[in-house]
Parts: sequence; C-alpha cells; structure tokens
Amino acid sequence: MSLREKAKQRLQATAMSMVQKAVALAPDAWVPGGDPDPLIHHRNGLIGAPIPRLDAPEKVTGTARFAAEVPLDGMLYAALVYSTIAKGRLVSLDTSAAEAAPGVALVMTHRNAPRLKPLPTFTSNLRSAAQDSLPVLQDDRIHWNGQPVALVLAETQDQADYAKSLLHPVYEPGHAITRFAEAKAAGLETGAMMGMRFKDEIGDAETVLAACPVTVDEVYSTPRHNHNALELHAVTVVWDGDDLTVHDATQKLAHTAWSLAHAFDLAELQVRVFSPYVGGGFGGKGLWQHQLLAAAAARLAGRPVRLVLSREGVYRIVGGRTLTEQRLAIGARPDGRFKALVHLGTVAMTPHNNMPEPLIMGTRGSYAARALRLEVQAARVDMIANTFMRGPGEAVGTFALESAVDELAVRLGMDPIELRLLNEPEKEPTSGLPFSLREVEKIFRDGAERFGWSRRSQTPGQRRQGEWLIGMGVARGTYPHNRMPGGAARLTVTRDGRATVEFAGQEMGMGTATVHAQVTAERLGLPMTHVIATVGDSTLPGRVMAVASAQTASFGAAIAATHKKLVKELIGLAGNDGPLAGLSPDQVGGLNAGLAKLDDPTRHESYASILSRAGQAELTVEATAPLPLETMHWSMHSHSAMFCEVRVNAVTGEIRVSRILGAFDCGRILNARTAASQFRGAIIMGIGLALMEETQFDERNGRIMNASLAEYHVPVHMDVPDIEVMWTDTPDPHAPMGAHGVGEIGITGTAAAIANAVFNATGKRIRDLPITLDKLL
Amino acid sequence: MCLIVNGREVAVPEDPRVSLLDLLRERLDLTGTKKGCNQGACGACTVLVEGERIVSCLALAVQYDGRCITTIEGLAGNGELHPLQQAFIDHDGFQCGYCTPGQICSAVAMVGEVRRGVPSHVTSDLAAERVALDRDEVRERMSGNLCRCGAYNGIVDAIFDAFGDSPEEEAR
Repeated sequence: MSLREKAKQRLQATAMSMVQKAVALAPDAWVPGGDPDPLIHHRNGLIGAPIPRLDAPEKVTGTARFAAEVPLDGMLYAALVYSTIAKGRLVSLDTSAAEAAPGVALVMTHRNAPRLKPLPTFTSNLRSAAQDSLPVLQDDRIHWNGQPVALVLAETQDQADYAKSLLHPVYEPGHAITRFAEAKAAGLETGAMMGMRFKDEIGDAETVLAACPVTVDEVYSTPRHNHNALELHAVTVVWDGDDLTVHDATQKLAHTAWSLAHAFDLAELQVRVFSPYVGGGFGGKGLWQHQLLAAAAARLAGRPVRLVLSREGVYRIVGGRTLTEQRLAIGARPDGRFKALVHLGTVAMTPHNNMPEPLIMGTRGSYAARALRLEVQAARVDMIANTFMRGPGEAVGTFALESAVDELAVRLGMDPIELRLLNEPEKEPTSGLPFSLREVEKIFRDGAERFGWSRRSQTPGQRRQGEWLIGMGVARGTYPHNRMPGGAARLTVTRDGRATVEFAGQEMGMGTATVHAQVTAERLGLPMTHVIATVGDSTLPGRVMAVASAQTASFGAAIAATHKKLVKELIGLAGNDGPLAGLSPDQVGGLNAGLAKLDDPTRHESYASILSRAGQAELTVEATAPLPLETMHWSMHSHSAMFCEVRVNAVTGEIRVSRILGAFDCGRILNARTAASQFRGAIIMGIGLALMEETQFDERNGRIMNASLAEYHVPVHMDVPDIEVMWTDTPDPHAPMGAHGVGEIGITGTAAAIANAVFNATGKRIRDLPITLDKLL
Repeated sequence: MCLIVNGREVAVPEDPRVSLLDLLRERLDLTGTKKGCNQGACGACTVLVEGERIVSCLALAVQYDGRCITTIEGLAGNGELHPLQQAFIDHDGFQCGYCTPGQICSAVAMVGEVRRGVPSHVTSDLAAERVALDRDEVRERMSGNLCRCGAYNGIVDAIFDAFGDSPEEEAR
C-alpha cells in the first residue's frame, strides 16, 4: 500500500471515530430507526408470508437468461491466457500463429490493449467495484500466478480456445513472496478498512489471562477458500459508439458501471450494466479483470464480445478467502465467568488490495470479558487478490472463538450453553453501545429443546452404534446488521391500482425482488399480484452492492422513504374535498388499494380515485434512504445458536453430519420461505468449511493446485442432512422493516458446532480446518 | 447428419470439437442447459438422451447423430410445467437457479434408474428386484449435481413430492 493510501486510511479512521462518538451520544430520535418503522406493527399481512419467488417459473424452465446467454449479432468469443509465474515480466509473446489460426479476429496483449485508467479499490472508494488497484493488460509486469497476459477473440469458443493454445509466453521471473512464513517475516500490519481498524485493547488482557485459574490458549487455523458459485463468471459486452452495454453476473451493479466508465474515461451514464440473474455470488461476483478485458477487446475489435471464464479461469483471476492463523485465549474464574479474552489473527492479502479478513468482528460483541485484546494482522503475499466470502471475518473467526469456548467448558466441567449464557454482556463490550435486539438466551433455550440437547453426554466418546461414534456440539454464530449508504428507489402507482418498485438491486438467489415486492405491497395495501419489483439494471436508482447481508435493509430503507414521499404526494393530490381531507401523511397508511386513516379505516380513498380525481394516470416518486447512522448508535447484530450431531467412523475416520439445527435471532423475517433457504444454504457452506473446503495453494510458485470443482470439494447432496431452522421473529425496533439480513449468519458458528460435535464423539479436538478423516486417525 | 433436440431436427455442427453443451447454448440458443465447469464435475449441463442422463459438456455433438435429446426447455410441453418443475417451485428447490435445469433433468432420469432397479452405492440389497426410493438413495444418486446455494433439502423434497408416492411412475 502506498504512503498516500495509508495516510488516507488513517484520516478515514480518525474521521469515522469522531462521527461514531457523536452519533453514539445523539438522542435516539435524531437517528434513523429512532422511530420504529410502522411496518413492524403490520401483523397477519404479507410480511413473513412464505411467498414463492417471483422468478421461479423462469428458473425451472430454463428461460431465465444469465449474463452469458444474451445473444448478440456478430459476437466474438474470448479466451484468456494466464501467467504461470507469480512475479516478474513478460519478455516475449509471439502472436503470429494465433493470429493466423482459423476464425481469429484479435489477439490482445499489453502491446495493443486500449489504455485504461487505473481504478481505486472498492474498499477505498465508495463508487468503485475494483478488487485491486493493478493495471489491466497495460504493461509487461506480472503480479500473480494466473494474471491474464493475453486475450484471443474468435468466431467460436473452440476456435478461440485453440488459438490460445498457440500462444507461448516467455517470462523473466522476479522474486515473489508466495510463502506465508516469508510474508509474515517481511512485516505485518494491523488491518484497517473503510475507516475501521481491527484492533481493540481494553485492560491488560495478557496479564489478566496469566493470572486466571482456568484458561484456554490455543492456535486455530483455516485454509484458503473459493466461492465457487455454480455460474461461471461471464460477461457479454457491446459498444455503440462511446456507449457501452454490459450483461454481467455481478453483485456490484452500479459500482461496475462507475468503474468501467472510469477506466474507459466515459461519463457514468455511458455505461449500462444489466444483471437480472446472477448464478450465485457469495462475495465472488464483483469486478475482476475479465469485464475490463472483454470491454477493451470489444472496443478494439469493433464487435460484441462474450467472455466466459473457464472453471480454472475463475480460480486464476477471481480471488477467494484468505487463510487464517488465530490465537484464541480465554481466562476464566472457576465459576466460568470470563475475565480475559484474546483473539489475534494473522491473514494474507496482496500488495495491491486491502482486505484484512476481519476475523475479530464476531468476538467484539460476544462475551462479557473485562479485559480484551483483539487484533487482525495482515501479511502481503504475491497472489490473486483475496476478497470477501460469505461471512467474511465471522465465518472463520467464530470457528476459533466458539471452539475455544467449548474447550473451556470441558475444562470447567460445565455445559457449553450455560457457560455462554453466563457470559452474556449487557452492552457491547468494545463499543459500549446498547444492543438494539439480543435474544441469545431464547435461541439457545428454544434450540436446545427442539434439538434434544439434554440427551448429549458431557463426556466424549460415550455414544456408539456399531462402528459409528456419535457426538453433539453447539456453537454461537453472529453477524452484524449492516445498512449501506446509497440506497434509493423509485415507486410508481397507477390508476388501475398497480404499483412498480424499481431499484438497482442484485438478485443472486436471495429473493430480493420477491421480498421487496412483498414489502411494497404491504406498505401500499395492495395484493402481491399487483406489484412488480424491477432490479438488475445499473441505471435504476441506488448504488448498493449485494454484500454484507445489507441489501435488503439498504433498499428497504429507501423503499420506506419512497413510500413516505408517495403518501405525502397522494394526500396533496387528494386535496380538501375527499375522505382524507385534513389528514397528515403520518395519520394514514396503505389499505385496500388506497390510503386510509390509521385509526379510522372508514376514511379511505383508493389510489384509483385519488389519481383519477387529479386527472393523472400514475404517480412516480423517487427518494433516497437516510445515512445508516443507526449502526453507530446501537450495537446491531444477528445471532444464531447452531446445534449439530455428527457420526464419526471409528475405523475409517469418516465424518457424517447426521443432524443440524440453527436457531436464529435476526429480527423480523420478511419471507419465511426465502429466509429459510438462505439459512440452510449458509449452513451447508458451513459444513463445507468444517469438513472439506480448501483452496490448495502451492507455496513454491503461488499457483492454486486444485482449480476445479472435481478437486475443490463442496458439499454435495449426500453430505447434507435435513436441516432444521427456527427463528424468533422478534423485530429489531431500530432496523428498517424490523428485519436483519439473513444471508451470512448461517455460516457463522457452524464450523465450530461441527468441530465441537466431533470432539464430543471422539475426544479429539481438531483446531485446523477442514476436519478431514486423516486428522481423526 | 442430424440429431433431434426437443423433437426438432438439428444439423450436427461441422466442427467436430463442438460439445453437445455448446451446440445447445451457442448455436441453438437453448440456454436453459447450463455450463458450470465444462469438466463433468458439477452436473449443471445434464440433459436427457432418450431418458438417460448425461453431462452434455463431456459429449461431442457429433457423437449424438440420430439420437433424441431432451433439455429443460423440452421437458414439458405446451407451456405447462413438468410436475417436478412445479415441485421445485413449491419446495424452493433452488435459489440462484443456475444448477436447477441440471438438477431437474438429472432427477427425472434418476427416478427412471430406480424404477429399473439399478442399485447405487447406498443400496443395501444389490440383488433386490426393486429399489426403494428413500432419502439416502435420492441423495446418493443426485450427488453429481452440485448446488452451491445449498438448496439440497428442497430438491430432495421436490423429488419426493413429484415421484415419491409412485416410484413406479414413468419418468418422462
């Protein structure tokens, strides 16, 4: 990182801390969420109803068109050549044979690629989507093993792939730091990102720890991971003069448009990005080099281009989750009360990005220890830029924390649930902020009862059926309630009593459009069938990525603001001679396809009547959400209690997850069907994290060795039992709609619950993920 | 040379390198069949060849001269949904929807395999004439179809809903 960037980060952190202090002290009423969203009081309506996703028919019939499926006339297909060294220079690349191959229209290298302006990384700029700050095919330098060095365009994919095989780049290797030990020795830096510094010190935790009668002090480790969305990263691009249209698979729609415009030196509105369907994201579907390369090649060739990464290509140029090494120490009194908590993590990132996996985030608000020492330190490795992956920080951080709590419970001879509840804090230990919602005890009690926790033997290795050892484990998961700045939406009501809500949202399978159609219908008092939600177009209002489980809240707040504005304008149109005469916007709500006085529903006028008396066919309003200051005023988090039963084969070490239950404290659930699928899906990724997932990185040359779905193991049908999920459905009074995002909480805590169950089954404590059978033999 | 795709005669491409998957997606605009790995590891490209499931990425189009291929677009006719397609909606057997066509095609043929008494790794009695369609049989036999969103519970429920009560039902 440059000195300038470091200085900028320090400045951001200082400014952020001043804002945080001011917002924390402000009166509740001044902060968004100070007055609860009126929607929280709607019961028995559409909120929470298990409505099937609106795009379901298209998805089951194969008619939903993803990014690689948009047909364009005269389109060329692209193939990429990836560097096989981790650092150095491209010395020569003879393109003549490839250029002469059948069907080839262009071979693009750094020598003929259009000049592109460098991009700021998205963790340093609110509009950018770029993962790193590296130039894209602009010079002969190599920065990671897998970096694209050439692109071939041909009439068919087979022709492009063949021509690519005729390119034989010659490199001059430089010294690359690809060994983690060498990177750590070269220097560690305290992680900081977007104005947050990942270091907390309260009291003298090490001294307190040393004096504690009961302690756990262990090292836990997790390997690199890749998202492996089933849809390959793909883009179909076409230029019309200086206007660029991009069909992308992205969870960063508006940010991608801004970034492409910036790189090609265009006005933002000259780039339009469509992404109505995204075949899975999990943090990986952002702006990587392929979108820029495809657009550059299309410009050079003067024809539309489709670029679909091969599965290997995804591993080469789309980064994943870093490896982690974590020291987790807890010091407790003999009665189980924590006195000291230490969580120190070391992670990898690159010289060109800034993503120090924030693995202490889940530890900050978890337990009431008076002395805390938490820190993330990062080492710089020459590799593809690591990035956010489902539950960034918490997914791997809670593995260490919740394994250690289980180890402490064993040492104390206590039930691990009772130990956790004994250490529930009254306010957030690090920030001192009050909790907006925290029902940790309820989810543990309800979950334990439903799971049959009382049948667990506290002594490991006690239950056996034939060759199979059976054990139960529990862990707590946690994820913050986030809301992003930039939320905006457009709402239209028509004279025939229908509505459309539009925003630049992303649909990766979470059910975004369905849920917001549901919420909008409920606010307006319309049936679901009369509301359309449109997402997936960068020219729609709003600039919010689908990240950090924040999309629903971010656009939800915008839709709430838009609805408020619409009501105000409708009352203005209704005037002084109708049933709503004299009422203020706060006195009315949506009911039966119109507005009604909240405490006297007989004073009602339909949208059709208001609009037709005003002589208008429709009314459209746009509004933006207020800045998300509520997350600095309250400590806002989701929680889970994860229960797991495993069977471990005493002969082979094979591990099967036989039962798993997640109990969630995530505010109001907006759609029981899509939320349950989000919980289950994340829990399954947690099973993968615990038992099989690992990106194997060759430390000698910085190359990923298992760049395929055959060798990177993700959970398959047979690995997944029926998963039970339950939730409190208690609204968070300070969150839009009373709801928290539910996309990531499920992966947190799951790996520890499985590891703890493996210990309960076998008496073996595995602190290094994944828990493969060789570690149990 | 031609093959029959969803009842329609289609010329075999001149380039012998073209996979059945690329023929469907890039030349016939039948993009319901998905490309998830192009290596036979994920099952997203599963189609039916006269009732048998294959991964179309590992099949060269020229090999299927004269054969009848059914893709997700041809599973049900006349704008109707196949019972399994409806069951996937009813049980939320997907999230992003990318693996869905492959899961559905695979399941249709899988039920046919069970009906024919073909044993799997988890079948306890290999000599039995009839294989029961239980949850583990379904899970084992569907394990070649990856779903990264983790809709596995819903997929198994959907398969049971569509086929469970009558495992003998003819898989279309």
